[in-house]
Amino acid sequence: MLSLRRILTVSATLGILLFLSFFLEQRLQAVAFRVVMLSGIAVVMAVSLNLINGFTGQFSIGHAGFQAVGAYAAAALTVYGHNRIFGNLPRSGQLPDTLQGFLLGAPAMICALLAGGLFAAVVGYVVGLPSLRLKGDYLAIVTLGFGEIIRVAVENTEAVGGPRGFTGNIREGIYIPNLTSFFWVYLMVVVVVVVSRNLRFSVQGLQYLSVREDEIAAQAMGVNTTRVKVNAFVLGAFFAGVAGALYAHFEQSVSPTSFGFVRSFDFVTMVVLGGLGSITGSVLAAVVLTALPEILRSSLGAEFNQYRLVAYALLLILLMLVRPQGIFGRGELRLDRLFGRKGGGGPAGRDNVEDQPAATELR
Amino acid sequence: MADLPVCSGDPLLHLEDLQVYYGAIHALRGVSVTVYPGEVVTLIGANGAGKSTLLRAASGMVRAKGGRVVFLGEEVTRQNPAAIVSRGLVHCPEGRRIFANMSVRENLELGAYLRRDKLAVADDLEQALTLFPRLRERLQQNAGTLSGGEQQMLAIGRSLLTKPKLLMLDEPSLGLAPNLVREIFRIVETINRESGTAVLLVEQNAHQALGVAHRGYVLETGCITLEGPAAELRSNPEVKRAYLGE
Repeated sequence: MLSLRRILTVSATLGILLFLSFFLEQRLQAVAFRVVMLSGIAVVMAVSLNLINGFTGQFSIGHAGFQAVGAYAAAALTVYGHNRIFGNLPRSGQLPDTLQGFLLGAPAMICALLAGGLFAAVVGYVVGLPSLRLKGDYLAIVTLGFGEIIRVAVENTEAVGGPRGFTGNIREGIYIPNLTSFFWVYLMVVVVVVVSRNLRFSVQGLQYLSVREDEIAAQAMGVNTTRVKVNAFVLGAFFAGVAGALYAHFEQSVSPTSFGFVRSFDFVTMVVLGGLGSITGSVLAAVVLTALPEILRSSLGAEFNQYRLVAYALLLILLMLVRPQGIFGRGELRLDRLFGRKGGGGPAGRDNVEDQPAATELR
Repeated sequence: MADLPVCSGDPLLHLEDLQVYYGAIHALRGVSVTVYPGEVVTLIGANGAGKSTLLRAASGMVRAKGGRVVFLGEEVTRQNPAAIVSRGLVHCPEGRRIFANMSVRENLELGAYLRRDKLAVADDLEQALTLFPRLRERLQQNAGTLSGGEQQMLAIGRSLLTKPKLLMLDEPSLGLAPNLVREIFRIVETINRESGTAVLLVEQNAHQALGVAHRGYVLETGCITLEGPAAELRSNPEVKRAYLGE
């Protein structure tokens, strides 16, 4: 319902994001600002993957493939749509960092986000419908294959730059515009977190969890397990596509190698590290795993990047030995708990329920 | 034993010449079973006879290669499990299969997940908790922490919240202590008597099952070999020798 309170919350959120957008962009160092932006995009990816891997327990390891679909679709829209729709954007793609520049780019950004999300969602539906009948390892293999297919398909599409990557329509001198500001990234972070949270804590959300817990029992209760899995997959793909659109208009260049298997695995690491099914866990792990390599790179030198995957692997092994359910398990980090549980907050049983070991899930 | 059932009128469930294969294995070789409204029918047989397969075929969890499943006069053979549950043909699968990481309350809520009549659901929840007082004490508790007997009660309670017209119970007494087994059978009788819910009971514990059922079928390697009123089956020398150990 469109209550006054809700309108106030929404406008306050938008206001704060807009303020931060200009404040941070001017005050933060370029490197630090970049980390903030990439962390936000990673959060959208991790939280959306958590919808699939965490909530419904389907093991998808091709999430970067959906990001690629969204990134290329959105970038192609703003570049090739320049002459027809977005003629007001500068051909060089460089919008000024002012409120005017922001307003100028806003319609194009909204179109790009929707295009990226919807395109990825459609692809998610096409991939998901047949493959979600598979279980566990088999689904993982199919999604892995899907990610590679996307990469190869992009490499062979000359219109989006092929293997060289895509920066714009070079012949006409139209480049991917820098539409992605702090505002848009963190607006999408808020949206994906709110959508996940509402899904998790509703009676309808129980059906997602029931599929993860026991598919046969879920079926026996009348849960249409195929539809639930496809829904989660499509929703996850949508937000991955949105993250792709953000990424493309932040970097102003996309390349097939940015969305390979290794990238997909980064997101899986984030979700597993945070705790399969935990929204706050995914957020935290996404920020840490994006910021930490950047910080280590600047303190230890560029060669650290070579050891990044070794570090990830060690981290995961350590985690599986010490805390197999991930940092937060299935529970959520809650402020009322951090500050001494004053509000009591929610049904007391929920907390105990969610902090159970989830070791079986990874098998 | 309960009063003799009225085996006339329209059947609630009619399985007709069901054929089910698992790969090359012919699990059901033309099985026909009928359940009338308000009766308890038991299906007894050894391990691997096809008892669970029969329930899975009825609830749409496995595809029958041949034959028909008719529920309330309508054919539901090729429908998906969700559609079949919503008609009131509910399968409580073998091995409890509760949602271990959810609370007892959430498990029960999932049972009522397809229903939109909130008030009736609240009534049914109350009824189920009256039937299983142990669950009321443990509503907020993680279902995985319940004992085996309590988990079985939760599984049955969860199925009852779907408001079944016919409840198909698969081995509800499996792995339970003798006093709990008796408790489960007493509950099956209560469910049938108080709400008139028909029950199709698959059991290896033939003695107890024939004690609560009105009629029974004996399934051997995918075929029905005997059928009749429960009392008749109990005195049948074949059944006595093979299933009652007398």
